[in-house]
Amino acid sequence: MAKELAERTTLRSPLGRVRGLGASKSGAHHWWLMRVTSVALLPLSIWLIFALAGLAGASHAEAAAFVGRPVNAVLLLAFLAAAFHHTAYGVQVIIEDYVRSEWGRIGGILAVKGLCALLWLAASLAVLRLAVGGVPAAAG
Amino acid sequence: MSIVKDGREATMIGHRSDGTAIRRPLSPHLQVYDMLQMSSALSISHRITGVIWAIGLLFLVWWLVAAAAGPAAFAAAQWFFSSFLGVVLLLGLTAAAWFHTLNGVRHLAWDAGWGYEIPTMYRTGRAVLVGTAALTVLTWIVVLVAFF
Repeated sequence: MAKELAERTTLRSPLGRVRGLGASKSGAHHWWLMRVTSVALLPLSIWLIFALAGLAGASHAEAAAFVGRPVNAVLLLAFLAAAFHHTAYGVQVIIEDYVRSEWGRIGGILAVKGLCALLWLAASLAVLRLAVGGVPAAAG
Repeated sequence: MSIVKDGREATMIGHRSDGTAIRRPLSPHLQVYDMLQMSSALSISHRITGVIWAIGLLFLVWWLVAAAAGPAAFAAAQWFFSSFLGVVLLLGLTAAAWFHTLNGVRHLAWDAGWGYEIPTMYRTGRAVLVGTAALTVLTWIVVLVAFF
């Protein structure tokens, strides 16, 4: 029963469906990307948690070499992109639920998205430096 | 308004548009739910562990940027993560991360229309808790083996 309902039920109004817009203009897109990133994060998180656990107590050279290995660098970049997207969207929902003032809500969401974007870029640059630029230990 | 003697009275305190209090029934909110039942406890835990994961991402960014910056910065990060506080935080983060991951699978199943029946919901909820405990222990066995 529940399965049939889930298959048949749509939260979009007929006009919204025609225009491709929900009441909030972009709700279905937000909802869907949350699911897409969560599916991507499932294998990536499992890999990352165990990979980092295996690096416990690693020296700088060992850690830098691990991050710099092409397969690891690609998986890390993929994880960072999906994780920061998922985080920005997730925190946005929490702010929308609990912050009542409109300016506080908009300001909070923009601040979180800006912070997530900067942290994602910083972390990705670090991975790229180790993957493309070589291990900095060699330089000094 | 009189002092509330019955907990259910808390659901009867409304406000008129001018702000004055009035006794009338409101839609059920936190007061009427037992927050220790599987359904609501795991629901709010999913949100809380999501926020903890977000803080954990800050640790990951620090660790990666430190590794790229060089041995001195990396040593500072490693010093923190292997300190007592660091280990406690990472332990909590590991449990939160596994809970959010496993309960996320539960949410995806619900999105697909599966698992809404109450007995199924309780069974999958217990599975998430057992899985979280098992995977957290397994992760830290890997940590201990790698460290020593």
